[in-house]
Amino acid sequence: MTSSTAIDPTAFAEWLQRVGDNAIILGHRISEWCGHAPVLEEDIALANLALDLIGQGQLWLGLAGEVEGKGRSADDLAYLRDCAAFRNILLVELPNGDFGQTLMRQFLFDSFHIELLRSLREAGDSRVRDIAAKAEKEVAYHFERSTDLVIRLGDGTAESHARMQRALDKLFRYTSEMFVDDKLDETMAEAKIAPLPSTLRPAWDRTLAHVFAQAGLTAPDEAWRQKGGKNGVHSEHLGHLLAEMQFLQRAYPGARW
Amino acid sequence: MSGNAARPESAEIWRWLAEVPDPEIPVISVTDLGIVRDVAWQDDTLVVTVTPTYTGCPATSIINLDIAKALRDHGVERVRIERRLSPPWTSEWLSADARAKLNAYGIAPPIGGTAATGQIANRIARLTGESNFVVRCPRCQSGNTEKISQFGSTPCKASYRCKDCLEPFDYFKCI
Repeated sequence: MTSSTAIDPTAFAEWLQRVGDNAIILGHRISEWCGHAPVLEEDIALANLALDLIGQGQLWLGLAGEVEGKGRSADDLAYLRDCAAFRNILLVELPNGDFGQTLMRQFLFDSFHIELLRSLREAGDSRVRDIAAKAEKEVAYHFERSTDLVIRLGDGTAESHARMQRALDKLFRYTSEMFVDDKLDETMAEAKIAPLPSTLRPAWDRTLAHVFAQAGLTAPDEAWRQKGGKNGVHSEHLGHLLAEMQFLQRAYPGARW
Repeated sequence: MSGNAARPESAEIWRWLAEVPDPEIPVISVTDLGIVRDVAWQDDTLVVTVTPTYTGCPATSIINLDIAKALRDHGVERVRIERRLSPPWTSEWLSADARAKLNAYGIAPPIGGTAATGQIANRIARLTGESNFVVRCPRCQSGNTEKISQFGSTPCKASYRCKDCLEPFDYFKCI
């Protein structure tokens, strides 16, 4: 038995796309650093992070296609959907900015991602549990790395501190979208497949308080919150990202090798 | 039902698989890595169950091809490779033999109990110098080493440097 409660496959597949699209889009964004990072070791680290996230995205989107039951593969979902069909949060589609901004985004996302995956240990669907358990090991590693670097750079030179604080000020307004509950989240929670995102927030808040105290950084007040990605309302940045990510399948439909 | 004579026994199949090298770290085999989880016959098809080390590891598809090819070379005509995610692969599954081979090859083997847990308090303790673990240089065995990067040349490795013999080396990540 794979599912404890009957759930509408369309809703389930859409939720899986939210999780998978976060991984695929952030993975693609980070891969843009390949060959451009400030030092070789970080270049390699970013490429490896991208690889893990794209691998996870492939598993989530593969399951989304299976649940949806229309014969779409992970590749079909990644390469043949247009902007409005993507369900990732806005945070992960933002341009990389400088290295500090890329790292801060990674930390803000990793600290949420690890809580989500941990909570999916209890998911009432074995396929979701299996992917989450696999991804959790990789994300624990990402999370420890981004924590290290946020502390080192936040508590580093005046220049590194200023850049990390600037990145935090810029990105923080995009974080509340990770914890907003909507109707789909409620459906998933009722089916006991996924937690309500708002329940992940206290642990995330504790992590941030702990790490920012070590890093000497201050999270800004959330006066204005940016959201929409979870429902397909994206920033202009996603289209440019997809133009590059999907180019080959758009220019040469069905190309294989 | 096809005759059992045409279906080599599991023990023999495991011996064949023990000779299939990992494409990126050829001194260890796919069974040394612990990624082959099961072999079983389903009628006249041999089903080999393999678990990935990392979700995005590009070697996964090559490993599957290598396994299928090796088995065909041994006369097994029908082979199916199945992916199994659960339980997720852990570096704990590397055999003692594999660890010795890695060390001799110049890759420091994983140190049990040091896997990332995502427990930030532990991490910060480690950053401030407490609860540090020693990764020995595979070249000169010195414990005077430092981490250069948490990641390395393949998804399963991190980069270290020996402060005595001054050589950089890979550490097989513990997950």
